[in-house]
Parts: sequence; C-alpha cells; structure tokens
Amino acid sequence: MFNSDSIVSLDNKVYKKRQRTNRLMLTLSSAALVFGLFWLFWIILTLVIKGGGALSFTLLTEATPPPGQDGGLMNAIVGSVMMAAVATLIGTPIGILAGTFLAEYGRRGWLAPATRFLNDVLLSAPSIVIGLFIYAIYVAQVGHYSGWAGSFALAILVIPVVVRSTDNMLSLVPNSLREAAAALGCPQWRIITMICYRASISGIITGVLLAVARISGETAPLLFTALNNQFMSWNMSAPLANLPVVIFQYAASPFEDWNRLAWAGAVLITLLVLGINIAARSLFRK
Amino acid sequence: MKKNQNALMDVIFKNMTRTFAFLVFILLAAIMISLIYGSRESIAEFGFAFLWTNDWNPVTHNYGALVPIVGTVLSSFIALLIAVPVSFGIAMFLTELSPVWLRRPLGTAIEMLAAIPSIIYGMWGLFVFVPIFQQYIQPYVIQAFSGIPVLSQVFSGPPFGIGVFTAGLILSIMVIPFITAVMRDVFELVPPLLKESAYGLGGTTWEVIWKVVLPYTKHGVIGGIMLGLGRALGETMAVTFVIGNAFNLPTSIFSPSNSIASALANEFNEAGGMQKAALLQLGLILFLITTVVLAFSKVLLLRLSKNEGTSR
Repeated sequence: MFNSDSIVSLDNKVYKKRQRTNRLMLTLSSAALVFGLFWLFWIILTLVIKGGGALSFTLLTEATPPPGQDGGLMNAIVGSVMMAAVATLIGTPIGILAGTFLAEYGRRGWLAPATRFLNDVLLSAPSIVIGLFIYAIYVAQVGHYSGWAGSFALAILVIPVVVRSTDNMLSLVPNSLREAAAALGCPQWRIITMICYRASISGIITGVLLAVARISGETAPLLFTALNNQFMSWNMSAPLANLPVVIFQYAASPFEDWNRLAWAGAVLITLLVLGINIAARSLFRK
Repeated sequence: MKKNQNALMDVIFKNMTRTFAFLVFILLAAIMISLIYGSRESIAEFGFAFLWTNDWNPVTHNYGALVPIVGTVLSSFIALLIAVPVSFGIAMFLTELSPVWLRRPLGTAIEMLAAIPSIIYGMWGLFVFVPIFQQYIQPYVIQAFSGIPVLSQVFSGPPFGIGVFTAGLILSIMVIPFITAVMRDVFELVPPLLKESAYGLGGTTWEVIWKVVLPYTKHGVIGGIMLGLGRALGETMAVTFVIGNAFNLPTSIFSPSNSIASALANEFNEAGGMQKAALLQLGLILFLITTVVLAFSKVLLLRLSKNEGTSR
C-alpha cells in the first residue's frame, strides 16, 4: 500500500537508521554498566582469593612480625580503631553544630552560603594535602610523628562530610514542625535540639557512618602524621601503627609473608568499609 | 526567670553553631597559609619558574614541578576520557533502561566502587592488573598502532605495565561512581513532561536522552565531570602504586612518570630543607588546582539548579 520511502512505512530508510542508532546506543549503555561492574567483581574476587587464605585468628592476637616470622596485625588494628574513634569524637560535634548553623540560622546573610561552598572545597580537598597541613602545623612543631596528629588529620576529613549531611538532613525537616513548636512558645534552641534533630537523626547518623567509612580506608593523610609503629602501642603521643600504612609498606616489601599480611589487611579494611557503607544505607532507608 | 534562661540559651546555642561554621573558614585559610609558609624558601628560590622547570634534583637542590604537574594532569585527563562516556552510559541505563526493581541494587553496586579504599585499588592495580596488562594487552596495542604516524608515538615505548595510562585507567574506575551519581541525579530532574513530549513525537530512547535530557542537564553534567576531575587530580595511593614514580616527562601514554600526590607520598618523609619546601609547594599547587576545579563545578551545578528553581 505504501512505498518504502513513505514516512509511515516501517521500511523507511531514515526510520531504520534511527532504530539502528537507538539499538547501538542502548547496547553501549548496557556495556558501560557491565564495564563498571566488571572491575568491582574483579577487585572483590582478587581480595577473596589473595586475602581469604591469609585470614586467621592470629591476625587479631599478634603484632606485626619482623620478616620471616609469624605474626598478625593487632597493633595496626588497635591503632586504626583508636585514631578513627578520636577523629570521629572530634569531628562529629563540630560537624553537626556547623551543619546546624547552615540549615537553621543561615537562611539569611553571607556566612552560610560561603561556608557551604568552602565546606565543599574542604570535602574534596586531596587527603594528602590535609596530611601535609597537620604535618606543618603540628608534627613539625612538636618534632615527632604521633597518633594524635593522625587523629587530627582524620578529624579534618570527618568534619566536611558531617557538615554536609547534617545541613542536608535538617533542610528536609518540614517548616511546619518548627512553626508548630514555635507557636507553643518553644525557644529556638529547643526546637532544634528536641524536634529538628529527632526528625533527622537517622540521616545525621548515616552521615557520621559514611565519614567513619571514609577515614577507615584513608592512607595518604596518615603517612606524614601517624607514620607507623612495628610494635604494639597504646600511646597516642608516639608514632602509631595503623592498617592502611601497614598495608602500604608491607605490600611494597620484598618479603612474601609481609605481602600475605598486606592482603589480609586489605580484606579486613574492605569488608569493614563496605560493611559500614551498606549499614549506613539501610539505616537511612528505614 | 525561665524566659531569661531560654533567651540566654538561644544566644549561646546560636553563637556556638556560628563559631563552628566559622571554623570551616579558619581551617581552609589555615591550610592555605601553612602550605605557603612551609614552602616559603622554595617560593623565594624558584618563583613562578617552579611551574615549568623540568628538574627534580635533591643533590643540586634544583626543583621544578613540570613533571608531576604534567603527570597529574595527563593521568586525570585519560581517566576522564574513559570515565565520562562510561558514566554517561551507566547513568542512562539506571535512569531510562533498567527495570525499576534492578535500579537500587545496580546503583548501590556502582556506588560501592567509590567505597573501596584507594590503597586497595593500588595493590590490586600493581599486583593483579599490571602483570596481565603488561603481558597480554600492552604489547599488542603498541604493535597495532606502530605503523600509524601520530598514534604510534602516543602508544610507543617498552611495555612496563605501570605508567601514566595504567594510572589513568585505575583513576577512571575510581571516579566513575562520582560522575555517575551526579549524572543520575540531574537526569532525574528533567520534567517527565519534556521526555513524554519527545516520546510522543516518536523519538527513540536514545534521541530523547541525547536531544532532550542531555541539553536540559548540560551544566549539571559538566559540573559532575569537574567533580570527578577534582577527585582524580588529588588521588594519592592508587596512583602511587602504578604510575612508576619516575621524574621523567612522559613521552607516550605508557611511560612511567610521576604525579604531585605520589611524589609527596614517596618523598616527603625522607626529605629535608629545600626538598621539603619544594614538596610543600607541590602540595600547595595541588590544593589550588583542585579548589579551582571544584569552584568551577559548583558554579555550573548552581546554574542548573537556579534554572530549575530547585535547591541544590
């Protein structure tokens, strides 16, 4: 009925070309997804194969060994946990209060938008530069590397993450809640602490968890601050062992048993970070 | 009495939050000042010529940042070249093609790429990826391009496995989740009415994305790319493992070279005097570059949201 050049014919050349382009692009789009997932699976598979066999209970009970001897990662795990805990304890209150200012008091004026912008700069500042900063103002002044320095560097990484999530979460609290409380004669500080925080608590905790996940795997800022310590140590004023730097040094070493420990540490750290991430997500969804 | 107490608490609480918000300001200023102060010897000695001097000699105390700057920019550029089309494809898949029940798990899986610590990327890159790449892929690529005039130079050199290209590839995997996340978010801002009109006129899925969604979100997309660029420029550990840490200008994309962050990671602890100052100046340059890139990205993203009347 129609000839093949008619625009309503399925044999129309232009129509066919458009269909072909469409199919090609959709295939490429799926291929892009496969490309992304491919690396994820390859990396996780590597960790399972190389690190799975190296996992054992002695990792948790013995300190890092000299080459050629058996040992574990106890000192590194303890050091990492201590530094992450101190960094979170310092960074969280600062971050939450600063985020509160942005969301609750910063509707007018220049300070809030400017701070929001600078916070994003801090958020994406290379972590190694944060390490340099703490080295310059703290390590170089006291003259030695220390666990405190490492904690301070990590705290600076925690702050912008928490500021941003607190700001975003408080902005989601409906204004009618605030107005209702204000109409009952509630002072503003109580509105914020008793109502806004309660309404957004899961989001704020998610932000803190994501910050913890981020600092657990950070290596670069610890290189110039906490350095490393071969022995078991609880002393925050001295160089402190930590998982990422131990992994970095042991992976690059020529000793096979050290390499094995590095892979074991890599598995531990990845499990921890992915676990916290997934926990944070499911908490937020609730 | 009670009323006065509350008024007092209001003032205290407000000023406390303001103080901590101001702390972010102070932190950033302190980072800038401490880096400038720490590198004052090197700034005084080399001045702006530091930026384009190709020399890094701890013996004669001559330092120039050309190699690490070129290495950083080149590896990040390669990373974007790979990551931008891939992220676009993934974002397109997640917003337009994927069945609804698959969106969340697939999106989470891609986001997990951002959660893997960078040192893991480095180890995996050096010990798993590099040997395979060196043995099975690189020689054939070099051979395949050997006859073609310009490309033979780009893809030349002995197959070391490590080098600028490997660093760029691993960086691309690391920034894909960041660019994808932004693209996904801005694609979802497109009013359904626009897309449905285009479909109603008989557009194919690809035409709707390429001619309606992308033009509508272009500022946001570029902002997302800049965000990824900022990540790639400052990435340390993954690059340190695979870039080769050689103070040579790359002659092809397979040559070992150096980046600002990996030069810092490798040399800072052993450096003293002028070398330390020069390294701090490198850190300052890196900080300035990433700040400018981020500012650019924020401006573009703000422009998109201003047009739409939606916040952030």
